Amino acid sequence: MSIRQANAAAVPTAGRKRRKAEKTRRKLSHFLWGAILPATILIVWQVLGDRELISPLLFPTPLVIADSFVWLWNSGTLNDNLFVSLYRTFAGFGLGAGLGLALGLFVGLSRSAEKLLDSTVQMIRMIPHISVTFLFVLWFGIGDTSKILLIAKGCFFPLYIYSFLGVRGVDNKLFEVTRVLGYSRFKQLVRLVLPATLPNVILGLRLSLAIAWVSLVVAEMMGASSGLGFLMMDARAMSDTPTVFVGIFLFTLLAKITDSLVLFAERRLLAWRDSFER
Amino acid sequence: MGATLLEIRELSKSFQTDSKTVQALRQIELDVKAGEFVTVIGPSGCGKSTLLRIVAGLDTGYQGSVTLDGQSIAGPGIDKGFIFQEPRLFPWLTVEKNIAADLSLRSPEVKRRVGELIELVRLNGFEKAYPKELSGGMAQRVSIARALLRNPKILLLDEPFGALDAFTRAHMQEVLLDIWKRNGTTMIFVTHDIDEAVFLGSRIVILKPRPGEIRAKINVDLPYPRKKASAAFQNFRYEVLSEFEKIDELSWGESGAGI
Ligand SMILES: Nc1ncnc2c1ncn2[C@@H]1O[C@H](COP(=O)(O)OP(=O)(O)OP(=O)(O)O)[C@@H](O)[C@H]1O
Ligand SMILES: [Mg+2]
Repeated sequence: MSIRQANAAAVPTAGRKRRKAEKTRRKLSHFLWGAILPATILIVWQVLGDRELISPLLFPTPLVIADSFVWLWNSGTLNDNLFVSLYRTFAGFGLGAGLGLALGLFVGLSRSAEKLLDSTVQMIRMIPHISVTFLFVLWFGIGDTSKILLIAKGCFFPLYIYSFLGVRGVDNKLFEVTRVLGYSRFKQLVRLVLPATLPNVILGLRLSLAIAWVSLVVAEMMGASSGLGFLMMDARAMSDTPTVFVGIFLFTLLAKITDSLVLFAERRLLAWRDSFER
Repeated sequence: MGATLLEIRELSKSFQTDSKTVQALRQIELDVKAGEFVTVIGPSGCGKSTLLRIVAGLDTGYQGSVTLDGQSIAGPGIDKGFIFQEPRLFPWLTVEKNIAADLSLRSPEVKRRVGELIELVRLNGFEKAYPKELSGGMAQRVSIARALLRNPKILLLDEPFGALDAFTRAHMQEVLLDIWKRNGTTMIFVTHDIDEAVFLGSRIVILKPRPGEIRAKINVDLPYPRKKASAAFQNFRYEVLSEFEKIDELSWGESGAGI
């Protein structure tokens, strides 16, 4: 460790550049390996479709789907609906995750709040998510509100549970340290409880995001007049399977991108953890 | 060495568990002068940590009186530095931020003092390292620096070098004596290593278990730096050892607690 540091200090830029290049190469090779299987599947799919071995209606080939994507994009339909869906997701996620975090921390910090609130929250958590979608649409209409609230409801619980567990899991030994160092209650919260809870919060965020996308699809398919889910529902009614596939593809991509963003943030914010390589 | 800093009178402490009461300390009388280096030694479970935690203000609910600078101890605070057996660093903070803790490194004064302390505990080059990158000895030195930054009136050390190997431990003892000489901080150092107690202490307090009572107080009139191989050192060692043998005879078959 100290030797490596000494080396790095002696040839700072050259060493760092070389290490960076090596890292990039490793990442690229990792990516290529991971891409082999999906690429093969796409090619086989395309070939089977071209030879009409699989139904073009049930399984439009990748090229047909791509065509449909380009058409939807150029016509502006996709843009509009995509934007609406993104807005709903992030508004719902922000609302639900924010409330879940705040309430989880609060209940974690206060035993009386736990006694008062936790059993109720746990009961609400057991209500099957999908089963209330229809009610939400009835109550709040087919516009944004019902979607945002449904997503918020889904995102609330992971953050509530994980931030609660995080607060309760703070090492008592570190609490003693803060007492010996004369921290006020506020400093204990900001400088011990919050950073110690961060790994749990990030875990909760990842779970919440996954739930957010699923909730969005369900909500938009059950009753909406715009959004990606609506686009898919509409296409299904007209047996336009390529568009349905475009929708599936986009949802997958969006969920993956947001998950990667959280992972990236995690790597940055939790570099101090033992289990993470820097 | 100056006036009495810490005054412990008729201190008793017992713990209530579900079924029984454990008397951890009984009728402890101890005065510590400013600038003294007191080592406390005794078999496992004799109440050494309890004693230290009471002085630190971490444990309450005792009988008797404990005063620091004439004030009875209300709770933990930065005037009483505490070094635990484990380093207990904040894993999300770098070395220098761990030392600064709630003080901001943006203040030039804090920055300068932290730099000095890093120098003192010989951790130059590791300012930006995270605790996971440190060895046990290095981490413990960070926790010592963290306590020293607050200029405590008294530094309480609970077997701080217990988990270290012999080499690192010897080195850390030198570092601690160095700090003591430079800053004149009053020290209470708990250990169950006789060599360590004699090597460091200007006075040794020997505790006996069940219940925890002071068995003997020995003044170690040896100049620093002490040579562990010298005859004078060995004499003090024997004196402490013979006190221990008496404890063993007293609690034979009941405790069996060795050192
Ligand atoms: N929180 C507690 N609850 C109940 N009993 C306790 C508690 N803390 C300490 N004791 C009891 O008090 C006695 C003294 O404990 P203490 O930790 O002070 O011993 P020690 O001298 O530091 O031992 P060691 O050398 O093993 O660290 C023990 O018998 C222990 O079981
Ligand atoms: Mg102890």
